[in-house]
Amino acid sequence: MTLNWFKFASPASFYPLAGRLIPLFWSLTVALVLVGLYWGFFQTTDHLGGSNPQKEYYRIIFVHVPAAWMSMWLYLVMVVWAAIGLVFNTRLSFMMAKAIAPTGAIFTFLALWTGAFWGRPSWGTYWDWDPRLTSELVLFFLYIGYMALHAAIDDIRRADRAAALLALVGLVMVPVIYWSINCPDPNQCAALHQRSNLTRIDGNILFSMLTMTLGLWMYSFATSLTRLRGLILERESEAQWVRELIEHGEKQR
Amino acid sequence: MSDFISQGGFGFFVWGAYGMVALLLVAEIIQLRLWQRTIWTRLGRLMRMRDAGVE
Amino acid sequence: MLRVFWCLLARDLRLALRRRTDVLTTLFFFIIVVSLFPLGVGSERQLLQLLGPGVVWVAALLASMLALERLFAADHEDGTLEQLLLTGQPLALLVLAKISAHWLLTGLPLVLIAPLAGMQYHLTGTAIGVMMLALLLGTPVLSLIGAIGAALTLGVRGGGILLSLLILPLYVPVLVYGAGAVEVSAVDLADIRPYLNLLGAFLLAALILAPVAAAAALRISLE
Repeated sequence: MTLNWFKFASPASFYPLAGRLIPLFWSLTVALVLVGLYWGFFQTTDHLGGSNPQKEYYRIIFVHVPAAWMSMWLYLVMVVWAAIGLVFNTRLSFMMAKAIAPTGAIFTFLALWTGAFWGRPSWGTYWDWDPRLTSELVLFFLYIGYMALHAAIDDIRRADRAAALLALVGLVMVPVIYWSINCPDPNQCAALHQRSNLTRIDGNILFSMLTMTLGLWMYSFATSLTRLRGLILERESEAQWVRELIEHGEKQR
Repeated sequence: MSDFISQGGFGFFVWGAYGMVALLLVAEIIQLRLWQRTIWTRLGRLMRMRDAGVE
Repeated sequence: MLRVFWCLLARDLRLALRRRTDVLTTLFFFIIVVSLFPLGVGSERQLLQLLGPGVVWVAALLASMLALERLFAADHEDGTLEQLLLTGQPLALLVLAKISAHWLLTGLPLVLIAPLAGMQYHLTGTAIGVMMLALLLGTPVLSLIGAIGAALTLGVRGGGILLSLLILPLYVPVLVYGAGAVEVSAVDLADIRPYLNLLGAFLLAALILAPVAAAAALRISLE
């Protein structure tokens, strides 16, 4: 009996905690995104000069860069949860990894989409086989692979572990893939240079960009915790606390 | 206001990018809502079935 | 321990040679894909020379991936795989033996047939030599990485198409440097060293890491 209770303990206690946190994350999301968008559209210059002149379209940066950052960060977080699940065999961490994946995939797609819409006016093309674009595309495929593998396996325990292993393999490969795309000719790798430098960016633009990043981060918290709650309910439907929760919830309605 | 919408003639690109972001994020939120509602109804039905079976 | 390796390798080879069509199918798939491209893009000599290395590599990628599905499937169906898990021998070694057999049957024939594809694309003699060398280093990496995917998708419905979704993105580095080596050889032969070094490095890393990962994946799939 004790063992059984321990097994259910962590999802059971995490479920209400997540429920209390989600509204907080939603309000933070709305506040940060509103501030970020206001600052980005009304407190910045219309035209950028310098070596890389940009017109109004540079304002795509306020979603493009945060989406790209979040897509990579979420993949890392997802793999960390998956690895914790594999090592300690904790079910909640597998659910966490699975809850993050769709949000991460959406941000990866958005980074590609907004990048295309920025690339068209500034480079003259929607798509270019630029290293960063290509690696982002590969990252998108990795997310899709993770979700597809999880969806294809009926046994939840096996699906969790198999997808987790795939995510880990993907993380090991990401640097190799990135370098192979970034530097297809190993004879000329010395010519690689850093193209962006945060300290050179105008303060107002940087402020808006970072605020938007924080906003999307809070959004990711909110959506993945909501998804996690759903996953917990689905998987623990046999547990006593879920039955009590349902009775309670039905009375409330 | 129209200045804001036209974004110096680049409105299509700026709003095309922001529009897709808004669209996908809202779609994700709606999908999560619907999914949650399905889970609750299914769990409720499951409970009632189980209760009926026990009695 | 080595005896187990050779035993399993010999067994897999013997079994495969009794069903020769499987090996030949992969080979002909490769040849057909390579032959279809000139029909699609036109048969201009210069264009084909330009496309050749990439096309041959992509075809090799697809061919070795198609064959991956069968890597563990037969042994899974008749229960041999579960027996292998129970032998108490290091599973990674057994997996490595199976991968080696798989490469000898699907990867090596591709390397040997590559000159034919090279001639179809009017590649020079040196370019064909470089291509064979690059394929010799690269195709084992494809089999090794692919084995992880094959183990993960074992017995899963729609496994074949899923496998390609999981594994093809991971093949990118091999494709980039494999095709790159052949392209560069047309400019300056001295420049191919780094490419081959990198492919060799991938091979060594994959030899060590992939069997372990594939063994872990097999345990997950069979538990």
